Amino acid sequence: MTEVGRPADMVRTFAQKALARASGQKALAVGEIVDARPDIALSHDNTAAIAEIWRQFGQKRVAIPERMAVTLDHAVPAPTVRHAQNHVEVRAFVAEQGIGHFFEVGRGICHQVLSEEAVVLPGDLILGSDSHTPHFGWLGAFGAGVGRSEMAVLWATGELWLRVPESIRIRLEGALGEWVTTKDVALTLIGDLGADGALYRSVEFEGPAIASLSLDSRAALVNMMAEMGAKNAYMPPDEDVFRYLAERLLTRPGRCPGRGAEPCETPGEVAVRLRRRALYPDAGAAYAAEHLLDLSSVKPQVARPHQVDDTVDVAELESVRVDQAFIGTCTNGRLEDLGAVHRVMAGRRTARGTRMVIVPASSEVWNEALARGWVADLAASGAVFGTPGCGPCMGNHLGVLAPGEVCISSANRNFQGRMGDRGATIYLASPAVVAASAVAGRIVHPREVVE
Amino acid sequence: MNGPVDVAQPFHGRVFRYGDHVNTDVIFPGRYTYTKSRPEEVAPHALEDLDPTFVERVRPGDVIVAGWNWGCGSSREQAAVCLRYSGVGAVIARSFGRIFYRNALNNGLLAILCPEAVDSLEEGAEVEVDLEASVIRCGEAAYGFSPFSPAVRSMIAAGGLIEQTKRRLAAG
Repeated sequence: MTEVGRPADMVRTFAQKALARASGQKALAVGEIVDARPDIALSHDNTAAIAEIWRQFGQKRVAIPERMAVTLDHAVPAPTVRHAQNHVEVRAFVAEQGIGHFFEVGRGICHQVLSEEAVVLPGDLILGSDSHTPHFGWLGAFGAGVGRSEMAVLWATGELWLRVPESIRIRLEGALGEWVTTKDVALTLIGDLGADGALYRSVEFEGPAIASLSLDSRAALVNMMAEMGAKNAYMPPDEDVFRYLAERLLTRPGRCPGRGAEPCETPGEVAVRLRRRALYPDAGAAYAAEHLLDLSSVKPQVARPHQVDDTVDVAELESVRVDQAFIGTCTNGRLEDLGAVHRVMAGRRTARGTRMVIVPASSEVWNEALARGWVADLAASGAVFGTPGCGPCMGNHLGVLAPGEVCISSANRNFQGRMGDRGATIYLASPAVVAASAVAGRIVHPREVVE
Repeated sequence: MNGPVDVAQPFHGRVFRYGDHVNTDVIFPGRYTYTKSRPEEVAPHALEDLDPTFVERVRPGDVIVAGWNWGCGSSREQAAVCLRYSGVGAVIARSFGRIFYRNALNNGLLAILCPEAVDSLEEGAEVEVDLEASVIRCGEAAYGFSPFSPAVRSMIAAGGLIEQTKRRLAAG
């Protein structure tokens, strides 16, 4: 269906609009290749390795210091002297090049921190040397992952070629049931469509259920679309998103969009500016596939080793004993996730032989969990806490696994060897299922522990 | 260590077959990503968590034949670099993780979409890969693939994205 007065060829997806904006074009067709100029180029602990590549170009200064963002998050605090040396090199590069958006050890995971700091705004293009960069779609930005060489070229030239992807539309209706989260929604979609179900594509969510989802819940769902092969993922930003960003922009002078160094005005006025900047797909835009999911039909899920799309209802899983339960990551390390863990674990204890590791996604999450008393309660339940960051998700430190060990994790990948030894196994689930499994000592539905 | 093969010219090697959804964690484990980046550091770990004997067996010009979604997961570029510098000339698959696909071509490792070759080529088969002719030959059989764009071919001929960018910046 085409809107009245608008020819069909002017009807565009979010991806078409976002890449047109980033490449200074009026309209783009699917499949076109554009030289895009991202608003933000994100790198993390890999910044020193990228700088080594960039130095081969013989430049003294990067082309886009004001558009670069660097976090230390993947192995923090440094677990070895080599990692410490890497951090030294990252800090030296940041100082030498005058990178303003730099976030130190303990501030948190890049995707969470750049959201909290309102560095990325609706309608922006962000390219990151990190595969979970599609994360920023939760606030209506186009985020995509690139390699280190491409990031080095981006620093040197300010632009990179991108192909305008086909889009798939996923309509969300209904409401989540008790103990069901958007992690379960993501695992349901990935289980149904496959780990390559959105390969090379833009995943664009729509539907009445989105308004009922908390911002933390939206972020978890969009983040997980990387595990379906998506180039980027998107949720239409609403007033909740604008308010979240506006509050943060107001406390960060010189960052108000469209006002240069001028301070921001009232939250309402900032929200108006953000709304103007936001991009929405046109009604009638062409999608390569369309799916409908009724959230009330979703049940708590588990992804079995070693593939994210090998999913099963937790209630139907055979009995699996658990050595380690892990809460954290850019997928499920936010305040709402710690709240779900607290609801399940407070007043209970980890099972004998099962340990619980919690790594908050950011210092903001950590501070709020402390203020609410959750950290003390969970420590009394037997949980141990790591420095905000990526934790053991990718096998660097803070809870890696030995041969034969089993981990239930709130992270995004259960690949063989990911969290340590290749003889270990990883199951993925929502924070509530992870917490319940820590208490039971085997993977269980939360109601088995709480009710 | 073998070192890379010149993929701009036709090259010969043997087939190593693997399955679907082979991710970058098993191609190059995450535990090394912030301590090993240079080609000579990463090549000895190629496919370490998938096939620990691969590095001892691979020779320059060998190819990997795989199913769907080869290289899904992390953006780590070492996954492409370790294969290239262990001697692998091409990965032939039904589909690729998108970041791996870009990383591979940027580093001069051919990432070839060719389902017919995946259907037919067996472990250990001797093959020739001809980029110019866009064809994989095995005995009497030949499997064509879609030609790479002129931009990608010129990048590979230049020695990859970094070498190409050096020339571009030098030319102003």
